[in-house]
Amino acid sequence: MTPVALVLWCIAVLLGVSILAVMMARWSRATAVIYGASFCVSAVAFVTVLLQLTAASASAPLPLVLPLGLPWLGAHFRLDALAAFFLVVINLGGAAASFYGLGYGRHETAPQRLLPFFPAFLAGMNLVILAADAFTFLLSWEFMSLVSWALVMTHHRERDTRMAAYIYLVMASFGTMALLLAFGLLAGASGSYDFATMRMATHTPAVAAFVLTLMLIGAGSKAGLVPLHVWLPLAHPAAPSHVSALMSGVMTKVAIYGFIRVVFDLLGEPAWWWSMVVLTLGGVTAVVGILNALMEQDLKRLLAYSTIENIGIIFVSLGLALAFEANAMTWAAALALAAALFHVLNHSFFKSLLFFGAGAILTATGERDMDKLGGLIHRMPFTSFAFLVGSVAISALPPFNGFVSEWLVFQAILQSPNLPQWGLKIMVPAVGGLLALSAALAAACFVKAFGVAFLGRPRTLAAQLAQEVDRFSLTAMFVFATLCLFAGVLPGIVIDALAPVTFTLVGDRMPVQTSVPWLSIVPITESRSSYNGLLVFVFIALSASLAAYIVHRFASRSLRRAPAWDCGFPEASPQTQYTSGSFAQPVRRVFGTHLFRARESVEMPAPGDPEPARFTLDLRDLIWEGLYEPIAGAVWFTAERLNHLQFLTIRRYLSLVFLALVFLLLVLALWS
Amino acid sequence: MNGLTFDIAHLLAGGLVLVSFMMLYQDRLYSLLNMFALHSLVLTLSVAWQAYVQQAPHLYVTATIALVFKAIIIPVALHRMIRRLGIHREIETVVGIGPTMFAGMALVALSMVVMLRVTQAADPLAREDLAFALSVVLLGLLVMVTRRNAVSQIVGFMSLENGLVLAATGAKGMPLVVEISVAFSILIAFIVIGVFLFRIRERFDTVDVRALDDFKGKRRR
Amino acid sequence: MALVLLLAPLLTGFVRKIKARLLRRQGPPLIQPYRDLLRLLRKEVVLAENASWLFRITPYLVFAVIWVAASLIPTFATGLVFSWTADLIAIVALLGSARFFLALAGMDAGTSFGGIGSSREVMIATLAEPAMLLTIFTLALVAGSTQLSTIAAVMISSHVGLRVSLGMALIALIMVAIAENARIPVDNPATHLELTMVHEAMVLEYSGRHLAMIEFAAYLKLLLYISLIACIFLPWQLALPGTGAPAYILGVVAYLAKLVIGAVLLALFETASAKMRVFRVPEFLGAALMLGMLATLLLFVSRSL
Repeated sequence: MTPVALVLWCIAVLLGVSILAVMMARWSRATAVIYGASFCVSAVAFVTVLLQLTAASASAPLPLVLPLGLPWLGAHFRLDALAAFFLVVINLGGAAASFYGLGYGRHETAPQRLLPFFPAFLAGMNLVILAADAFTFLLSWEFMSLVSWALVMTHHRERDTRMAAYIYLVMASFGTMALLLAFGLLAGASGSYDFATMRMATHTPAVAAFVLTLMLIGAGSKAGLVPLHVWLPLAHPAAPSHVSALMSGVMTKVAIYGFIRVVFDLLGEPAWWWSMVVLTLGGVTAVVGILNALMEQDLKRLLAYSTIENIGIIFVSLGLALAFEANAMTWAAALALAAALFHVLNHSFFKSLLFFGAGAILTATGERDMDKLGGLIHRMPFTSFAFLVGSVAISALPPFNGFVSEWLVFQAILQSPNLPQWGLKIMVPAVGGLLALSAALAAACFVKAFGVAFLGRPRTLAAQLAQEVDRFSLTAMFVFATLCLFAGVLPGIVIDALAPVTFTLVGDRMPVQTSVPWLSIVPITESRSSYNGLLVFVFIALSASLAAYIVHRFASRSLRRAPAWDCGFPEASPQTQYTSGSFAQPVRRVFGTHLFRARESVEMPAPGDPEPARFTLDLRDLIWEGLYEPIAGAVWFTAERLNHLQFLTIRRYLSLVFLALVFLLLVLALWS
Repeated sequence: MNGLTFDIAHLLAGGLVLVSFMMLYQDRLYSLLNMFALHSLVLTLSVAWQAYVQQAPHLYVTATIALVFKAIIIPVALHRMIRRLGIHREIETVVGIGPTMFAGMALVALSMVVMLRVTQAADPLAREDLAFALSVVLLGLLVMVTRRNAVSQIVGFMSLENGLVLAATGAKGMPLVVEISVAFSILIAFIVIGVFLFRIRERFDTVDVRALDDFKGKRRR
Repeated sequence: MALVLLLAPLLTGFVRKIKARLLRRQGPPLIQPYRDLLRLLRKEVVLAENASWLFRITPYLVFAVIWVAASLIPTFATGLVFSWTADLIAIVALLGSARFFLALAGMDAGTSFGGIGSSREVMIATLAEPAMLLTIFTLALVAGSTQLSTIAAVMISSHVGLRVSLGMALIALIMVAIAENARIPVDNPATHLELTMVHEAMVLEYSGRHLAMIEFAAYLKLLLYISLIACIFLPWQLALPGTGAPAYILGVVAYLAKLVIGAVLLALFETASAKMRVFRVPEFLGAALMLGMLATLLLFVSRSL
């Protein structure tokens, strides 16, 4: 059986599992069965595509056509290197989320709302990647969106969830509409929706630019590109945590896949100015996303905002790849694209890990609000260790994987002087500055997340009584933690696995990494720059243990516990610790005054008055106020105006229909 | 032209841009004036170096004018004026320092792109001189836009003029007469503005130009 | 690696001595930092009641990370054996790792002082790190490499010439170095008032051998930055690989001289300036960020690019 067929069978089984889930909704063991089945199927699919990616046959794989969908078209499925890479990401994430669900799902109050949709969601994402014609692609895309919407609605009794799901639905439909138009333009006059035919077609610059814009809207809204990101921090956290992990860690990657597939594969030669647009959007997305994350005190929303930041980083490197490709600098384009794909992989690792961690906290304490947590490192040592690994990795610190991909992006940025366009030459380092800023802010953000939630003293009773979570959840977290370290220490292996993908898309690859001595990685040549995660890791581990050993062996080993220094004024309550809001205050003072119109006001009671002092903080989301509220207002206004159409007589309705018909006929008459 | 002459010219012109940024950063009138004096001094050096490189003696005259008028007389006069007006405290900037800096960066990037694209064929020295000069002019305008105080607006205007002089010296062959007339027109403008300042103050008790706006508003109503 | 370890406390002692002499005080002897370290190492650790394992491993981790970073910087000779392990960007990120863990440790004890220190430290870092990276961009664009040895080799050769960008990069790097090492005017390394401290507030709960490791890491960091600036902007007499013993000796002498110059300048600057308010620091570092950006921009009007 060919790999494509095998993956399709897996998808079919997943869909079967979801039907099964509907049937045994009330059965108490359903959770274990469904998640177990999803796990097995995802694992099979994962192994299949991983083998396919590493085997990397030189010949282009042929599409598999099934007699489904449109009768004259059929459903095309194809598994090339790009699809294989993204399927690896999806099925790894899917398998881990299912495994995590084995433990986490037991605490679900209404599993029948969740179980049927979970395998269907996995199947939908797989289908989008496999699709090789526009019809199947759009259908699977919409299927994926709708199923994920249903997953967001799991806890539909909460008002916030309903609001989030509503906004998500609106944005998703809007995005699909943009994609529909984009594919319509791509199909053009030939009218063939098959990807292979689309690839052959040539487009005028105006049409190509229009397709790019539509893709930025369609795929960008799914991925969370600013300013289309508003739904993401609402919808992702509203779902159960393993679904949040899938949505943030994996579904956004499906959107990236859509963008890469169309812009790099189907659209033909890029124009250089496209990259300016993509770079700007990416840079702004990264900074806005992470600043929002820093202001957040809900742990899951913080993670969702940080997803937006990472999407920004990925788009920046995609923009770089476009710039280099447009100027026929294929080696640099390969570098930038490899950086983007590497970051896709990394982000799926650590974001899933972090959402699993947030889910573990939710199980243990019932809280998402960081200001009600604290001290969990004592109660949940394993979870906190895994979360720490994820935090270090996402903050782009060596020797973990986040650093490697960001390092590759920086290396790609340093190729910019070779670009002929002055605008790009100057813009690329500026975007590099934005990226550096967002990396530094990400570190601050995750110091805050880990520090407030896990360190210090417990702020509430719930945090005080937290228990370590079950083994399934822990295993899922530790798998990802190991992968984070592995990809950070031995990045050469990952980069080599990406080579077929970059080769098919931009016609070049990065130098073979596994042949470099000492397992370093080199972006172009060794004289320019190289990085060796393994040695850095070994050096740090060695010198830390050496230092610890020498100190403990030859100097003092004694230890005494005592109360912390309180400056002579004992703080009775753990409430006096730094909270997430107070931790972010300096950064808010620096950046927030303009970006969020942050206003702080302190009301002090009169002397002698026993009233408590009050501190209020006012943050405003300018993107929401500036872009979405006017649109919503306009829609509301039009709806009000149109409302009176509802109260017309039959005769008037008929005349409306008649007029419309005449108008259409007139258009037809005058057009041709 | 060998490397060193270019390097020094480059250094001086780049220094001028840097001093323009430092002017943007200042929030006190006296330090702003000192920065302006420094600005003019760097300009003098730059012009003198150009004179030496191009072997154009008339540029020495320009340099001397810049040194005497802009680096010495005008700052000293403004110092005295500020003291007499009693406004040596802070300048109220319209926007904060951070956004102003960012705007400045964007302006420099813009002028680089424009100038380097337009002057692809020109000789490298003139090219970078022009690029720097445009940045200085734009930054001078930015100083004028972001300040409310009339004195700092004058300073912004003069730094703008320094940028023009830099462009003129880089472009080889601008006649001396033009330069002298430019310099004198600036001087006259300076005197006129100075007189105006005192008039404004007598009338409104402040040199904040918002007062003028208020006045305009009242008249219309 | 051992050299930096031995020199670092001496350098700090030297800076302190110069500062004291500038204030017409006698000052502690040069070897005082060594004595401090030994004394701290012998003392028992007093651990806050709430401190976790993270708090206990952080000192060793921070020390190790900074040590690795410091030993990656060419001191008196280019062509270190492992110089290809990590480039300048990685060195910055390594310092970032150290700060990450230190900031976490500050929050571990569950007191407000640790929180105040950590939150201010990360605020400073969010501006200092991009400024440093932009400076590195400038250097990397000039040298065509982010590898420190290569950059130093390019800077030794006379192709570079005087460039306004490099001057700006130097100033930006110095500003970042001052902020990162918690020196005046950003932070006062000698303060004992909790509310004004940044770095010191973060490590307030440390004592005994843990404090010794952290102090040692701080000494190393100062040495690291001075060596970095010396290696990039004063690359003269760096021994190139394979030039024989005399060149190496000359290199060592020159390196020591550079350290002395750096220390004296630092002490002069610190004595001459006053500490700023915490919320003036963003403006200071914003200026560094702007200089870094400007340096990159102005690079494009230079000759060779």
